[in-house]
Amino acid sequence: MPALVSARRTTPGAHAAGVRGRTLGARWAAFAFIAPTCLYVLVFYVYPLAGNLRMGFQDYTVKSFYTGVAPFVGWDNYRAVWQDPAFGGTVLNTVLFTAGSLAVQFAAGLALAMFFHRRFALNGVLRSLLLVPWLLPLVVSGTAWRWILETDSGVLNQTLGHPVPWLASTDLALLSVTLVNIWVGIPFNMVILYGGLQGIPAQLYEAAGLDGANAWQRFTRITLPLLRPVTVVVLTLGLIYTLKVFDVIMVLTQGGPADSSQTLTTFSYDLSFQQLAFGRGAAVGNILIVVAVVFAFVYLRATRDAEGRR
Amino acid sequence: MTARRPASTAAALVILAVMLFPLYWMINASLLPSTELIGDSPTWLPLHGTLDGYRQALSTQGAHLVTSLVVSLGTVALTLLISVPAAYGLAQLRAPGGRALQFALLVAQMIPGIVMANALYVAAGDLGLINSPFALILADSTLCVPFAILVLHAFMRSIPGELREAAAIDGASRLRTLVAVFLPISRNAVIAASLFSFLFAWADFLFAVTLTTRDDSAPVTVGIYRFIGAHMTDWNSVMATGVIASVPAAVLLVIAQRYVAAGIADSAVKE
Repeated sequence: MPALVSARRTTPGAHAAGVRGRTLGARWAAFAFIAPTCLYVLVFYVYPLAGNLRMGFQDYTVKSFYTGVAPFVGWDNYRAVWQDPAFGGTVLNTVLFTAGSLAVQFAAGLALAMFFHRRFALNGVLRSLLLVPWLLPLVVSGTAWRWILETDSGVLNQTLGHPVPWLASTDLALLSVTLVNIWVGIPFNMVILYGGLQGIPAQLYEAAGLDGANAWQRFTRITLPLLRPVTVVVLTLGLIYTLKVFDVIMVLTQGGPADSSQTLTTFSYDLSFQQLAFGRGAAVGNILIVVAVVFAFVYLRATRDAEGRR
Repeated sequence: MTARRPASTAAALVILAVMLFPLYWMINASLLPSTELIGDSPTWLPLHGTLDGYRQALSTQGAHLVTSLVVSLGTVALTLLISVPAAYGLAQLRAPGGRALQFALLVAQMIPGIVMANALYVAAGDLGLINSPFALILADSTLCVPFAILVLHAFMRSIPGELREAAAIDGASRLRTLVAVFLPISRNAVIAASLFSFLFAWADFLFAVTLTTRDDSAPVTVGIYRFIGAHMTDWNSVMATGVIASVPAAVLLVIAQRYVAAGIADSAVKE
């Protein structure tokens, strides 16, 4: 993985900074404190990652667990995934789910952050209560939504007055899981964007007000540009997390009906743990890694830029 | 700027009501008898409430709740054991290789969970650890260690180094300085890291559903998941289980609000 290669490359510099004015013994003693974590990173992140990359090139099935034999098959797993009739739809679902979630979460989060950025009674209490959905296990909130969206006795259809198959229809399942995921993500977006708004000096708005700028001009000329570093962080982190979403989809639809709400994450789970084709599941996982790494770099760049500006 | 603005407060209450409605609806359903759950019109208030759901939930999910508790507490212990020395080494001792380690931890958080689950399942299979709470503790700690180090590091960096030097002059070893001086000062950060680790482990579903194949070794998230699969119509006890499984989060919010706020402020790196 390129990220880890470059991580190692930074070692000599960090090393040199630590050496200055200290004995060899002190350096080793200091290293002893982080050594367990270094070992931990190797065993629990690097090893699984390498294992998954390797498994993507192996015919790894249930039999492999008993025999310990998993022959290398080159790119066969990737070819099989590519030719899987569900793959194209899954990629499209992933894009729609991710883009839809990010856009609406961000817009709603920003609107709420701006709303709470003003002073009014009970602001602090109400704002922290908004975080409650974010602290609950996703399986629990997903289950609550499944009950709300239930076709026959769910409260949504009871209120609408006719039975809409929110989770049971191939046309609506993806929309439904996206809406629930948006609900999950709004508090996170609000908290981070609220923090960003607090960093914008109030004098800027006062000066703009004196110059006769209206609310829309203040929003587009001051708020949005000054919020840009925070925006990039929220959107890239949101993207990385949305790609990982598993619990919400599993509880609501298990990726169904007929793969209509399947994303790359649930598809990988389905291949590995339902069809027991671990090699192909790993191949899909590796595709996800590539996407995540690309955006991880966007995130790292963005945070470095933001720190540089501070 | 001292205006009370009652209209804004009213609007905020409406927003809050909309956002928290699913939680209210869960609590409502957990108290309603089955006859009131199925029908053409919703029952908005549990006026003829029953605790049958909770009784049923405790009898079928009690063991899962205990498993969750054991796994979550174990995860907290393991996470602290690894994170506290690391944060101290990074923040106070400027350990060699520290920057590389921090970078690796940042990247580690971005590895998709399903990839970790896939690989950890194979490793746990090789070691005969499928269905073992120990495997779940190890797997769940991967969700917690990077975040715990981040929170602890941010706090310990703010403690003046003179304290460490003074302890050294008094003859304390580095380890003793950490345990006797820095740990008590960092109490709030340690509590915040522990609370979040507990919550991450408690809420974990992906590792739980992949690393447990037997029902009796599954934590409560998987318990609920399989419960909906098996008893689709028994919403009353499903929702009661959901309410019980939310208790740690509620406790966290009420008792430890200041630690939570500190934890969130410290880091934008948690979903």
